[in-house]
Amino acid sequence: MNTLQPVGADARLEIEIRRKSFEASRGGSIDVLHDLDFAVEQNEFACLIGPSGCGKTTTLRLLLGLDRDFEGRIKLPGAGEPRIGMVFQEPVLLPWRTVEENVRLALPKALHGRSLDHLFDALGLGKMRAFYPGELSLGLARRAALARALAIEPDLLVLDEPFVSLDEATAQQLRHLLLQVWSERPTTVLMVTHNLQEAIMLADRIIVLSPRPSHVVGSFLIRVPRQSRNAQVRSDILRSFHERFPTQL
Amino acid sequence: MSSFLLGTSSQGRTDKAAPGRNWGPLLTVAASIVVLAVAWQLTATLWPSRAFPPPLDVLRVMIRETASGEIPYHLAITLCRVAAAFLLAIVIGSAIGIFLGSHPRADRFLDPWVILSLNVPALVVIVLAYIWFGLNEVAAIGAVAFNKIPNVIVTMREGTRALDLRYADMAKVYRFGAFARLRHVLLPQLQPYLAAASRSGISLIWKIVLVVELLGRSNGVGFQINLYFQLFDVAAILAYTLAFVCVMLLIEILLVQPLEHASTRWRRRAT
Ligand SMILES: Nc1ncnc2c1ncn2[C@@H]1O[C@H](COP(=O)(O)OP(=O)(O)OP(=O)(O)O)[C@@H](O)[C@H]1O
Ligand SMILES: [Mg+2]
Repeated sequence: MNTLQPVGADARLEIEIRRKSFEASRGGSIDVLHDLDFAVEQNEFACLIGPSGCGKTTTLRLLLGLDRDFEGRIKLPGAGEPRIGMVFQEPVLLPWRTVEENVRLALPKALHGRSLDHLFDALGLGKMRAFYPGELSLGLARRAALARALAIEPDLLVLDEPFVSLDEATAQQLRHLLLQVWSERPTTVLMVTHNLQEAIMLADRIIVLSPRPSHVVGSFLIRVPRQSRNAQVRSDILRSFHERFPTQL
Repeated sequence: MSSFLLGTSSQGRTDKAAPGRNWGPLLTVAASIVVLAVAWQLTATLWPSRAFPPPLDVLRVMIRETASGEIPYHLAITLCRVAAAFLLAIVIGSAIGIFLGSHPRADRFLDPWVILSLNVPALVVIVLAYIWFGLNEVAAIGAVAFNKIPNVIVTMREGTRALDLRYADMAKVYRFGAFARLRHVLLPQLQPYLAAASRSGISLIWKIVLVVELLGRSNGVGFQINLYFQLFDVAAILAYTLAFVCVMLLIEILLVQPLEHASTRWRRRAT
């Protein structure tokens, strides 16, 4: 439904990383990314999948501007200074601020003082606004981190394994919440995950990375609308994914 | 992350139990002070000497000098110097400490300076400050602050090294302004180190301030003590000392402790 609308090239996220390496602790350097190129269209939900340690988090850090030491080019979607909503691998909420303060602190000036009632209610955080992060379970802390990323009305939503180390029921509930809030206000999403089932449930497109030094092995388009992806359809998609990427997972 | 949070919050729960309810310790303190006063009185009665006046004499001098405005005046001057030197030391020491903590190369170069200044005796700094900058207020307060700055640097450097960089990353992604970054990200993490530096700072500074006053000022508690030393008036010396100690204790109880307590509220679980 939000996929592949014909849009101007400036609304896309474009990543062209020639080389990214880290200094090894014993001298020398390890190449992590090498000729990693992909793009995410406007309002497309893309999942980045790849073996552990292949450089997924590193890629996200580059596009967030947290690490500028690389060769290549990254074009963010949106004009001027695009807003990026980020959900880190851990929730990274300020422990000394309440849930609501954590979300409000992230708001850009234009959105200061906006009502967060709808967002908190949609994410089931209505009663938790005055809680400190230390009082939340991991699942609730993840929701708060998600609320913070969505509250800024991002041009790009970046998620780094946001549902990892939750029990499956909680993770599934959070995936539904994410889809629900996202479909109310679609935006470009890049989500890193280990979980192929999760990617098949959420994504418009799955981008598959190779082991280190990492590049794009291929990209797998899912044309079936999300609401029609029942168990049968998902297992069909999984089978055709495995036919195309036999070595993956 | 979550285990870290749970760790700190459960640790916070073992904090002080219901304050103000338990009078036992307070009674013990009162009894202890009374016993000390009685022992002092007994000793002074058994071996009467001008060099060791009984507590009531000291109290009489204290009341007389307070009524005449002498003690309040000199106490206020000394307190102003303590406050000025304290603020100066905390601000300058924190700035340098945070800088060194986040710039390892500058730290490696400047570390010998820090170690050197940690070990310069307070008296040397004071004497040199008076020689180089003259017998004035700036030299006095500067000398006191200088004595404390290395300690603050070391503590704040430690705190900066222990900063959790994930919060800085988060603040960068969400474009926190410089002020928000300081107030919501940096200071809460440095708060325990700042509290430690302040606590040890106050107790060091108020001792050094007296020496500075004794050596080169014409007012303040240190000056008065020197004056009564030359007059051999031990009762007056003890009166000033007692008044000063009481005020510093009051500051500790009314200002330092509530501040420490208030800023750790988030550690406790509400449920
Ligand atoms: N700051 C760093 N210094 C040195 N090496 C690093 C640094 N950060 C990452 N690496 C290395 O780069 C590689 C990629 O790390 P990255 O965290 O991006 O992997 P990942 O794909 O996110 O893995 P995971 O699935 O486990 O989260 C790893 O081999 C890691 O050891
Ligand atoms: Mg990772």
